Amino acid sequence: MFKTIVDWIDARIPMTRVYNMHMAQYPAPKNMNFWYVFGFLATIVLVNQILTGVWLTMSYVPSAEGAFASVEYIMRDVEYGWVIRYMHSTGASAFFVVVYLHMFRGMMYGSYQKPRELLWLFGMFIYLALMAEAFMGYLLPWGQMSYWGAQVIISLFGAIPFVGDDLALWIRGDYVVSGATLNRFFALHVIALPLVIVILVFLHIVALHEVGSNNPDGVDVKRKKGTVSDEDKTKFEFHEYYTSKKDILDDVVPFFPHMVLKDLMAFGVFIFLFCYVMFFNPDFYGKFIEHPNFETANPLKTPEHVFPVWYFTPFYAILKAVPHKLMGVIAMFGAIILLALLPWIDRGKVRSVRYRCGLHKLNLWVFAISFIALGYFGGTPATSVSDILAPTFTVLYFAFFAALWIYSKNENTKPLPDRITK
Amino acid sequence: MKKLLYTFGLFVGLVSSTAFASSGGGLPYHADVDLTDKASLQRGAKLFMNYCSGCHQMQYQRYERTFNDLGIPVDVGLENLIFTKDTKVGSHIKNAMPEKASAKWFGATPPDLTLEARLRGPDWIYSYLKSFYVDPSRPFGVNNTVFKDVGMPHVLQELQGVPHKEEHFEEQLIDGELQRVSLGERIVVDGSGELSEGEYDRAALDITNFMVYVGEPMILERESLGWKALLYCFIFFVLAVLLKKEFWKDVK
Repeated sequence: MFKTIVDWIDARIPMTRVYNMHMAQYPAPKNMNFWYVFGFLATIVLVNQILTGVWLTMSYVPSAEGAFASVEYIMRDVEYGWVIRYMHSTGASAFFVVVYLHMFRGMMYGSYQKPRELLWLFGMFIYLALMAEAFMGYLLPWGQMSYWGAQVIISLFGAIPFVGDDLALWIRGDYVVSGATLNRFFALHVIALPLVIVILVFLHIVALHEVGSNNPDGVDVKRKKGTVSDEDKTKFEFHEYYTSKKDILDDVVPFFPHMVLKDLMAFGVFIFLFCYVMFFNPDFYGKFIEHPNFETANPLKTPEHVFPVWYFTPFYAILKAVPHKLMGVIAMFGAIILLALLPWIDRGKVRSVRYRCGLHKLNLWVFAISFIALGYFGGTPATSVSDILAPTFTVLYFAFFAALWIYSKNENTKPLPDRITK
Repeated sequence: MKKLLYTFGLFVGLVSSTAFASSGGGLPYHADVDLTDKASLQRGAKLFMNYCSGCHQMQYQRYERTFNDLGIPVDVGLENLIFTKDTKVGSHIKNAMPEKASAKWFGATPPDLTLEARLRGPDWIYSYLKSFYVDPSRPFGVNNTVFKDVGMPHVLQELQGVPHKEEHFEEQLIDGELQRVSLGERIVVDGSGELSEGEYDRAALDITNFMVYVGEPMILERESLGWKALLYCFIFFVLAVLLKKEFWKDVK
């Protein structure tokens, strides 16, 4: 009976074939460590955001007059509305946590290097779309930080020569952030950008499965056809799409169930932490939901300090560290563009940090520390200390790329193992 | 696995360290709120409705929800805690203060207080209620050390008594000489209030407690559900580990 149904469907769409190609018979390197779970977790969070978003939309009122009250209506009057809202607000921050770790994994193990450049680019586009999505979503509760955060960020576009003011006006749909802005951000947040993100995630996975997953050693687990002895070949059955092109070493496991189970284990830890935040500390010390956002947006009253949410603060710190406004905006966007250009900035042939020169290891650590430090300075009021340190870390952030470009050309790397290590 | 936990821990630590660094702010008092203390919440509700609600609304919170959560019988609440005319028990906690006119009277419309505890924190509210002092230069004759040049009168004065700000000195031996050293300013009450100092502190804490409740009326439910969720996550994690081990035992 079951088989008849499956056959009937398979005769009409390639259900089993796609399932095998991308799940049960997709080869994943077995040495993938915990750094490899964040892609899976990001997908889970995306689903969480879409589902909770749909339910929030059912009770949310997208207007300057009704938005703030409707959020409190969801929190107080909608059955378990607070659960849905906290899942969504915690999910937004969790998304960036896992995405940042996912990106750092890619940097550590050279996952952006040939032939995975396009895979990396799709990832960067997802990141950009995600930032736009988060930024617009943050306006919707229509609290003070929603309002003034949006006001500040949109005004950055005003720094662009000639077209800046018109561009900012075009984005806002008004001379200040207003109900018009709220309504268009709502439209973009609930349909346009999620659609873009879902399509990009699809392309990201298509690109991944075409070139195959990298691993912590950065050595290929697929070799040229006919170069691998039967003894060294994998004992698992993989889809002929992969086996017909290359010989697959005994270094891989099927994505389902092996890799998925590893991911589920990580999911167990992740969801535990997620629930802790959601149920016991939903505003997370004012970082996931900023305290001034419990006051309704007031265009006549600027809050004492305006900070973007924590996941934007590294770039906000770069913006503030540069004294000239336009140069600051260029530096801020440049910081993201340089990340996207990593596959071409890094001229090395060895992928994993494990086998690269000591300088690279140091460079990577300094970059990670700079990013976190910038995140700290971007989210706290300026002091005489931060006035010195924030520009220093900004320079270190950019120095990472410059140094990488220079030393990766003739890098003194360690010998690569022939096969993946345990 | 250890590494995974370690990294998560590190990340949470980093985020929270920046969070702590940005909080604080030197408030004079700490409010030890307890949302399980129904009697305190009920007293807080009574004080709020009698002293605050004339000017401050809690427009996102409903009377009925409040009565139910605080264990106040609906008819008792309807009789004693709702002061606006023709108000149904399911209504939001609003008042008759005209918004535009009140902005003229006080310099700004008295803010809605539904979310005040989430906006400023319980310590702030508690400190604020205890930090009024006589200042003849202000329109209502009082000022506040926590909220400088506040636009509202000290509505709890009949309970607290008249508070004065006084500088305190101490004789200290410095370089072999006795010198008068300022210990900073303190608020001293003249004792004309209905409540003793301890009772007033209790009342201020009750109001704070009530406002914390109104800020997030589901806190207790949230936390009790949270424990169940965490337990469930833990069981899920154990099962996932066992299942993973089973499937990976042949993989070398």
